[in-house]
Amino acid sequence: MDVLIVGASVAGVATADTLRAQGLQGRIVLLDADPHLPYDKPPLSKQALKPGWEDSKGWLRPEAHYRDNGIELVLGRAARALDAERRVVTLDDGTALSADTVVLATGVRARRLPEPSMLPGVFTIRTWADSRALRDELARRPRLVIVGGGFIGAEVASVAAELGADVTIVEALQHPFQQLFGPEVAAALASRHTAHGVRLRCGQGVDRLEGDGRVERVVLTDGEVLDADVVLLGLGAQPATDWLRGSGVELADGVVCDQFGRTTRTGIYAAGDVAAWWNPVTGVHERIEHWTTAKEQGTAVAHTISGDERGVGKVPYFWSDQHGGRLQFLGTSEGHDRSEVVHGSLGSDEYVVLYSKAGRVIGALGLAAARHLMRYRLLVEQRARLAELEVAS
Amino acid sequence: MKVRVDEDKCCGFAACLSVAPKVFDIDSDQIAVVLVDGELPEDLHACAREAAEACPTDAILIEE
Repeated sequence: MDVLIVGASVAGVATADTLRAQGLQGRIVLLDADPHLPYDKPPLSKQALKPGWEDSKGWLRPEAHYRDNGIELVLGRAARALDAERRVVTLDDGTALSADTVVLATGVRARRLPEPSMLPGVFTIRTWADSRALRDELARRPRLVIVGGGFIGAEVASVAAELGADVTIVEALQHPFQQLFGPEVAAALASRHTAHGVRLRCGQGVDRLEGDGRVERVVLTDGEVLDADVVLLGLGAQPATDWLRGSGVELADGVVCDQFGRTTRTGIYAAGDVAAWWNPVTGVHERIEHWTTAKEQGTAVAHTISGDERGVGKVPYFWSDQHGGRLQFLGTSEGHDRSEVVHGSLGSDEYVVLYSKAGRVIGALGLAAARHLMRYRLLVEQRARLAELEVAS
Repeated sequence: MKVRVDEDKCCGFAACLSVAPKVFDIDSDQIAVVLVDGELPEDLHACAREAAEACPTDAILIEE
């Protein structure tokens, strides 16, 4: 069996490696529009923005790994169309690649502003090249305006402030992360920005970016103007599915999959940020943009292809490094009706917050508290009853 | 057997700490550290391997 994997980030590489580890004899082709040796994305908005970062630290595997395992890399070539019936992928240079099995792992694309605002000096971070170019800008200690205070925005703000840039975050909500983590935690996280010299302009949208040949100003919806040498957009991302339109593979918010990574067409699978897998616990298709989920799904798809339906774990996990503190999250906070601090305090630099819904634990957030957070993993996985927890404590 | 942690890969998930508490700890940066200098005693080999297997970011490197 020949397998073509479209997308050579963490999900795609995990699929390739797992297939080989299982003894798959056929060809494995790993295709990506990015010309660089497959690399890890989490550092792009963190360590890789600091001077002295070596690219080889970010490689998912050393170059020899692909050769040694018979994984053919086709890099710098974008997939343009999929023929789901014949399982043929057409590339941007007109080449057609066919396989018995196709895995869709094209990830997401960063949201942008309308074209007139996308001036030189305006960045998104999704690729090695994005991160590299922003690193060079940050070395000049610019006036940096970050649009959107989510994870990418907060991580870049933190590195940029550390490197001496003048940083302002523009955020639509009252505080960044308000919907995700609730108002108390959001306020606590916001105060960490302020404490590290990052300004916040909250409850504000961006009307447009202006400048003569390069960005110079950010015009907010209330008319306020912020001077900027560099602008970073942290506006979230959209699944890279344009090329799949009309292919016959069902798309919703991402590629619709069952709980084992099968799309609606035989022989075609999807994994990682682009995929919306059926979640048997919540009873909906969920597209999760976490590194660990991508890796798990990439591995699980390889098992599904080999006839072993394993699926993925029940507890999504992500981490984010902000102002010298590592934020970690287990499970979900979606739809939570209660949150409580179970370790440390929100006013300090170390805490754990438990999120619950209808009396059951659904998620746990930790700041600089990996050891304590670990103890709640099982409770989140079991959706433990809050009442029993209180009795126990 | 020797064990190393790749600090740039470690995401502080702490699976290693639950599986092999005699081999790993988590430092104040929430990054795993190896508690044993040099050769790992034989009775800890199995749990160290299990920890490497459980690590979500493959940050534990085992040199046999």
